[in-house]
Amino acid sequence: MALIDFANPTRFLAFAERVLPWLIGLTVLAFAGGLYLTGGAPDDYQQGATVKIMFLHVPSAWLSMFGWTVMSIAALGTLVWRHPLADVAAKAAAPLGAAFTFLCLTTGSLWGRPMWGTYWVWDARLTSVLVLFLMYLGVIALWHTVEEPSRAGRAAAILTLVGAINIPIIKWSVDWWNTLHQPASVVKLSGPAIHPTILLPLMTMAVAFLLLFFTLHIAAMRNEILRRRVRTLMLMRAQAAPGNAS
Amino acid sequence: MNLYTHLGPHADFIVAAYAIAALVLLLMIGWVVLDHRAQKRQLAKLETQGVTRRSDRTVEKLA
Repeated sequence: MALIDFANPTRFLAFAERVLPWLIGLTVLAFAGGLYLTGGAPDDYQQGATVKIMFLHVPSAWLSMFGWTVMSIAALGTLVWRHPLADVAAKAAAPLGAAFTFLCLTTGSLWGRPMWGTYWVWDARLTSVLVLFLMYLGVIALWHTVEEPSRAGRAAAILTLVGAINIPIIKWSVDWWNTLHQPASVVKLSGPAIHPTILLPLMTMAVAFLLLFFTLHIAAMRNEILRRRVRTLMLMRAQAAPGNAS
Repeated sequence: MNLYTHLGPHADFIVAAYAIAALVLLLMIGWVVLDHRAQKRQLAKLETQGVTRRSDRTVEKLA
């Protein structure tokens, strides 16, 4: 079965029913493994036990950008290919991306206080992530403002593509400007600059977070398809009501 | 107490980060689960009132 076959919402619902139990199981296993490795991870020689916050902060940061990337691809699907599930995917991803961005900001703040001596600085990395969070809220608000889903989808797609310019800014902000935030230490050309005893729990937690994102995204897409069916049926009922001549 | 001793002088920040993460993740999961139940309930209610989609009616006729 080709990917395009899932463009049919009914077929996607059947796919979600089949795949969700497996994804839930894998997510639980990954979190169990990640938390076990986190508990056994050694303290950092400079940061002490606060390095454990990194196991939450970094996966959240990656998913905050991944969520917007998913929405941007879906936005292309809406505007260019008019894929019937594209705006469903975009709408379902927005609250998840917002939640992971919120988590990135709060865990970063709680890590920054003992390490930097402050919860917040208006530097390029922190400010661009805050902008990302506000953009997520803006897209969610837009979805709720326009009642007709396909019109809301097109408006949200344009906003999403405009906002996509922020993703490379976030990624390279630590290289382009002087910031308090450290430069990349995992995803870099010369390889990770983290010891394997800390890298392994970090990557396991990242896999767990990613699996959770996929699980919740597919489940939220299923909910959105059902919500649109409810809306269609309510419109049909209203049109069929006595006294509605049109 | 042991956990706090093990986590060192910044234990409050570490525990707060994990508590907030657990809360946010549970809220996300709860939102998805409750939303699914609400949509299924709405669909079932409309179907009991005889409001169904054309494609569903075609399936019923074929059956």
